[in-house]
Amino acid sequence: MKNLLAVLTVVSVIVAVWYAACVPMNIKSVLNTAVRADQVVVPQDNKTRREAGAVGLVFQNTSHIAATWAEDRPRLPAPHQVMVELWSTTVNKKITSKRSLVYHGWVTLSATLLGFAIGTGLGVLLAVGIVHSKVMDMSVMPWAIVSQTIPIIALAPMIIVVLYSIGIQGIIPKAVISAYLSFFPVVVGMVKGLRSPDAMQLDLLRTYSASTGQGFWKLRLPASMPYLFASLKIGIAASLVGAIVGELPTGAVAGLGARLLAGSYYGQTVQIWSALFAAALLAASLVALLGFLERLVLRRMGEKA
Amino acid sequence: MVFLAFAVLAAGWMLNVRLANGAQSHTRTVQLAVPVIFGLTLLVVWELLVRGMHVPLVILPAPSLIAQRFVGSTHILWQDFMQTFVKGALSGYLMGCGAAFVTAILVDRSDFLRRGLLPVGNFVAALPIVGTAPILVMWFGFDWHSKAAVVVVMVFFPMLVNTVAGLRESSAMQQDLMRTYAASYWQGLLKMRLPAAMPFIFNGLKISTTLALVGAIVAEFFGSPTVGMGFRISTSVGQLALDMVWAEIVVAALAGSLFYGVVALIEKPVTFWHPSQRS
Repeated sequence: MKNLLAVLTVVSVIVAVWYAACVPMNIKSVLNTAVRADQVVVPQDNKTRREAGAVGLVFQNTSHIAATWAEDRPRLPAPHQVMVELWSTTVNKKITSKRSLVYHGWVTLSATLLGFAIGTGLGVLLAVGIVHSKVMDMSVMPWAIVSQTIPIIALAPMIIVVLYSIGIQGIIPKAVISAYLSFFPVVVGMVKGLRSPDAMQLDLLRTYSASTGQGFWKLRLPASMPYLFASLKIGIAASLVGAIVGELPTGAVAGLGARLLAGSYYGQTVQIWSALFAAALLAASLVALLGFLERLVLRRMGEKA
Repeated sequence: MVFLAFAVLAAGWMLNVRLANGAQSHTRTVQLAVPVIFGLTLLVVWELLVRGMHVPLVILPAPSLIAQRFVGSTHILWQDFMQTFVKGALSGYLMGCGAAFVTAILVDRSDFLRRGLLPVGNFVAALPIVGTAPILVMWFGFDWHSKAAVVVVMVFFPMLVNTVAGLRESSAMQQDLMRTYAASYWQGLLKMRLPAAMPFIFNGLKISTTLALVGAIVAEFFGSPTVGMGFRISTSVGQLALDMVWAEIVVAALAGSLFYGVVALIEKPVTFWHPSQRS
């Protein structure tokens, strides 16, 4: 309860700062519009106004402050503008419409989930191989660790174009990017998890004369679950970023990344912000879903909540 | 040549099996040699397959071609590196991590603030923050300033969360001990709590190295001057000059691992007392 109050305070401070920041960010274009509408503005001369500081202009034109929160193409849209845009492009639009964020979100989400499933599946398989084979451990593991320090997302535009040139397009190229971005965190986390049972526990299984397979299913796999879920949460966030970046080089057709790019081409700032919030909501709900699954699995394993 | 490729793959793997299961498998040389052999084998197989199956350049260039292009255009690559890494990523990294560090120390003084900011910070750290790139490019222009701004936003929250967690690391007993020494807040911070937080701080710094490069490169996809790694990648992809793209990726990989390596190298003497460094 005390935590909730603290979080709410922080969030409301952020919103307040945001509203306050809108005023100096947007004041100049608001004043320009006002001059064009023959209203009184303090430095009436366009040139002096362009060179004046934004904060100073705010104090000289207090009557125009309200307009900074209601501009058509603001430099920084006010929170309620973003919310209105989000509401009107999700609830008030048919989901089949090209302008519906639900449609674009689904395009991105489907690529993310497909890629995440592929990446996680292959990652777990490789981790099992690494744990059971010393050669694989020694040859592959260092590369898997190094791969986390390099920006592999730089490969994204190339993958899109190369796959396009051999005739594959649509959801698959984005899913490939999502897959390899989630692949390496899962490998590293899962290897750690499968190795987490200590020597005592492994010895106990040996005294039961358990086979390698039994040891895997009954000890290693359950023991790896907390590690697996930790890396799954990192992996799904990386997958979403991959799908969004994968939509950029195709030239803004569909998806949240395309909305971002189209918005930045046409100066539609409200559209960019609403796409950004949609992406954030998507990421947050995916991570929350995994957190829920994690709690379910861990409780089934007997961990006390 | 395709047959030769599989022969090389088999030979390399056999050699690694030999080395890994041999008597010398615990020595440092072998532990270094095995991944290197594996990497080299993959490179040779790649080269042979591309040449043997006549894969066109626009799909996958051979490693030798990439190396040639890398050596042939070091000047361009160096300029791109300076623009994206030094000006964009590094300056953003220093500003972002510095700001997060100072914020963490301020937040840490108030229990209320910490309990409010930590969940928010954790939440934001999981979001696709690269999406702010188009907005920041619009605000700060096409040059490196906007890239540095994206990097600042990207590294701030992971760094903040890690530093705040680190500052909570010292136990009540240790803090009581400092109080019995009549240590002031600053003495306690400098002599005990900051050193205790160092493993966490370096964890944040290491995570941020990759994020910084990713942010700087992706931000260039949204608009940049005619120089920079992200710019070069997106335009070379458009011209189907894939050897240049790969050369640029090699630069990114080298820069990323060097950056990480330098931070890890600094970490070693600073946190020499921590169990993870002693083994």
